[in-house]
Amino acid sequence: MNLALKDIQHNLGRFVLTTVGVGMLLMVVMGMAGIYRGVVEDATLLIDRIGADLWIVQHDTRGPFAEVSRVPASLMHRARAVPGVKDSREFVYHTIQRERDGKPFRMAVLGLSWPHDKGEWVPLVAGRPLAQGHFEMLADVSLGVRLGERLTFGKETYQVVGLTRNMISSGGDGIAFFTVADAEAIQFDTSGEAVRLERSARKSRGERSELGTKQPSLVEQASKPSGELPAIARPQISAVMLRIAPGANVQQVIRTISGWGDVSVRTCEEQTEYLLKGSVDKARRQLGLFRVLLTLIAAIIMALILYTLTLEKIHSIALLQLIGARKPVILGLILQQALLLGFGGYAIAYLLGQQLFPLFPRRVIVTGGDLWQLAGIVLAISVASSILGIAKALSVQPNEALG
Amino acid sequence: MDNTPAIEAIELTKVYGSGNTEVVAMRRASMSVRRGEVVALLGPSGSGKSTFLTAVGLINPPTSGQIHIGGQFVLDGPHARMNLTSFRRKHVGFVFQKSNLIPFLNARENVQIALELNDTSPRAAKKRALELLDNLGVKDRSEHLPTELSGGQQQRVAVARALANQPSILLADEPTAALDSVTGRQVMELFARVAREHGTGVIVVTHDHRALSVFDTIYEMEDGLLIRQSASTTRVSEAIPHSSETAPCPG
Ligand SMILES: Nc1ncnc2c1ncn2[C@@H]1O[C@H](COP(=O)(O)OP(=O)(O)OP(=O)(O)O)[C@@H](O)[C@H]1O
Ligand SMILES: [Mg+2]
Repeated sequence: MNLALKDIQHNLGRFVLTTVGVGMLLMVVMGMAGIYRGVVEDATLLIDRIGADLWIVQHDTRGPFAEVSRVPASLMHRARAVPGVKDSREFVYHTIQRERDGKPFRMAVLGLSWPHDKGEWVPLVAGRPLAQGHFEMLADVSLGVRLGERLTFGKETYQVVGLTRNMISSGGDGIAFFTVADAEAIQFDTSGEAVRLERSARKSRGERSELGTKQPSLVEQASKPSGELPAIARPQISAVMLRIAPGANVQQVIRTISGWGDVSVRTCEEQTEYLLKGSVDKARRQLGLFRVLLTLIAAIIMALILYTLTLEKIHSIALLQLIGARKPVILGLILQQALLLGFGGYAIAYLLGQQLFPLFPRRVIVTGGDLWQLAGIVLAISVASSILGIAKALSVQPNEALG
Repeated sequence: MDNTPAIEAIELTKVYGSGNTEVVAMRRASMSVRRGEVVALLGPSGSGKSTFLTAVGLINPPTSGQIHIGGQFVLDGPHARMNLTSFRRKHVGFVFQKSNLIPFLNARENVQIALELNDTSPRAAKKRALELLDNLGVKDRSEHLPTELSGGQQQRVAVARALANQPSILLADEPTAALDSVTGRQVMELFARVAREHGTGVIVVTHDHRALSVFDTIYEMEDGLLIRQSASTTRVSEAIPHSSETAPCPG
């Protein structure tokens, strides 16, 4: 006859409720680890998917994922000329926040180097990659947009032609992919008044210069759209991505580009590392601390529950001792209940988590390793928390049954 | 036939506390109970009856004196001469005034657990538990929890449990105090019957003078002193030959 089970049966409703409570607590512990894994996974997924071997970024910066990086657009061509480089692409990346249906709409804008890059590498769950140089976009489902939907940013309207999943910036915002030109247009959207002011400023600068006075046709030129003016630089891009030719020496390429004084070169691994050690690291420590606290709280609550369960059974324990129960019988009674409580809670945490975690705004990734680790923790706190109850139970004298 | 006494208590003294708070609860109390003999222990409140009973029941060892149970020298003063827990399990049965039963086990399980703790297989334990409950007239209540039993039924189950491992002695501390007089009398008669059937030495502490006729011997305790009274006339003469005939002493 199993005394632990009999006792639980006798108070089944209460035990189940307690187990559910412990289970929900453990679910949060489980979720904390999952949220951290999700943040790391999301952050590294983009870098992994892009699949660039090297990144050329603004001098001494840690790259577009860590901070603002600005390099001239022409850098792409300069980099392509380096021996060992297979191809180079522009990379534009920034986060914008606009209004949509009266609510803040945050999205990370990523520019694709049209026409080399149409976004074929982006894992699509619906639709197709970009098919034209303008006014199309791929969007992550977390942005809440539908396929075929048209969105207006600045003066232009863009159609959603493809949907991705789990393409998230390290800040947790969904990523939208445009061509580099569109991405820049969205970022550097200038109002008509700003354009007019800029043109007249250009014109007056020209009129004041000696060249402008001698050749009025030059001043005329200044009123044209800036895109048609060879002398005016295109807006800058965030970084240039390189792919190394098969068999080429990566170190050699790195050495060459490192010699350029205006930019720095970073490997793919370095980019990931900056991400994890930078913005993600704080989140990791925060979540880790919470996890430790919650584990402690779960242990304390379990200890209290087990202690009260034991206190309630003092008379029964004394009776059992009186009729000759050995100490292991008493010990087993409490320890078994502790383990049932712990692993019952663990099972509930797992099942509940399976249902609830997908509803979270960010990904919660529960790995097998984390599950085993938590099982170990549950085992440890079940045993540790029953010590108080066991100590109490073993101090019970059989003559306490006489009362 | 084994003629050793079921229990032999020799000059038990119990001193609680020390110095100013010292209480001598029992002074050189001696008692010998034969197998199948039913003994009543009377006395005013605070006279030391429970102290005596828990001493011979090995849960509250005396300060000095010796205790022999079933022919074995168990306690020499406060010093155990063997493992008391396991000895108690095999040789001593207890019944108290109330709350004798484990509340989360039903009547049958309460008896069964005593057997299982003594290494009886669950199946055999269940069978024997039902037999015992049947014998004590509460078989029809076997699957009920203690709270669903009347006081008299609870005491019968408690007696069944106390007898489960065929102990040498059965100790009862005011087992009928919480019962009405008719039920109380029935429970007392039950003690007399099981003593005879099982050859168990029974000591019952009681305040109930109406039921004294069922006892073979009456002791009275007064201020820690144990005095043997005149034996109950109706039972004593027939008890001795009767018990020596039927006492089934296992082993
Ligand atoms: N644990 C203890 N510590 C100190 N004194 C005790 C203890 N237990 C009992 N006593 C004292 O020993 C004496 C005998 O107590 P005991 O319980 O044996 O009496 P009793 O005859 O069973 O009384 P009652 O009929 O009221 O149950 C009393 O004076 C009591 O106060
Ligand atoms: Mg008493």
